[in-house]
Amino acid sequence: MNETKPSTNEQRNTRPEAAILPPVDVIEDKSGITLIADLPGVAKENMHVRLEADTLTIEGEVTLNLPQGTEATHAEVNLPRYRRAFTLSKELDSEQVRAEFTHGVLKLHIPKAAHAQPRKVDVHVG
Amino acid sequence: MTNGVHTNPKGRSQMEDETMIYRSLFPGDVFAEIDRLRRDMQESFDYSPSIRGIGRGGFPAMNVGGSPQSIEIYAFMPGVDPAQVEVQIENGVLTISGERKSDLPTDKTQRSDVHIAERFTGRFRRVVTLTEDADPDAVNAVYRDGVLHISIQRRAAAQPRRISIQ
Repeated sequence: MNETKPSTNEQRNTRPEAAILPPVDVIEDKSGITLIADLPGVAKENMHVRLEADTLTIEGEVTLNLPQGTEATHAEVNLPRYRRAFTLSKELDSEQVRAEFTHGVLKLHIPKAAHAQPRKVDVHVG
Repeated sequence: MTNGVHTNPKGRSQMEDETMIYRSLFPGDVFAEIDRLRRDMQESFDYSPSIRGIGRGGFPAMNVGGSPQSIEIYAFMPGVDPAQVEVQIENGVLTISGERKSDLPTDKTQRSDVHIAERFTGRFRRVVTLTEDADPDAVNAVYRDGVLHISIQRRAAAQPRRISIQ
């Protein structure tokens, strides 16, 4: 799994609003790839996971529900949106992605296609 | 490319790379080299204003705001058990501390590769100095969607009041 970076200026121009790049952990084992991303402040209904061709995009909008009349004096999370995209390799089965989102942590499991999973071949001695 | 010059993955020819190494040997070019590095970094950071997703302050990232009635503090701490977080106010100083457990595999017998490990793990502690009018007895803390929201009321005496003229 590789991170997708905009390579041309055109792509950069068509890119929508600026977004925070959420930190992620990516772990691979023989069953597939697990991606864990931190998206604090995103409600479940504002969390979007998209798969287009071989690109996996995670995107979420931050809602903080500031009480009326509140003025920000210090902001480290200074954009209302997270976004990050990854390129999936062919052996991953994008049809079978499982997603879980709790306490601002997104957990995705992308299994490897059955044909790409390691198989043990029994050797029979005749 | 022909005539034996190979293109490396970044699309730069080997020839250019050699020139760069050669050039950097001259002390006068150190600054140019730093500048180039800085630009390279800027370029890769370009489309995201904050590559780590959090500010320089570390974990948890914090937003602080206020209204005439209250002080609002938001601590971005996803995936933390609220029972493991300690919020304390002492002498006008608010301390948030706790621990976030790693989600990376610990079982060495299971074969797995960690490709990216950016998420914070371990103990954390952040401190905010409150204004004098903060009332330590009127604090409300809620953990929702991975954000700890602490709301501290300001003392009534400190709130602006219109005085009527007799």
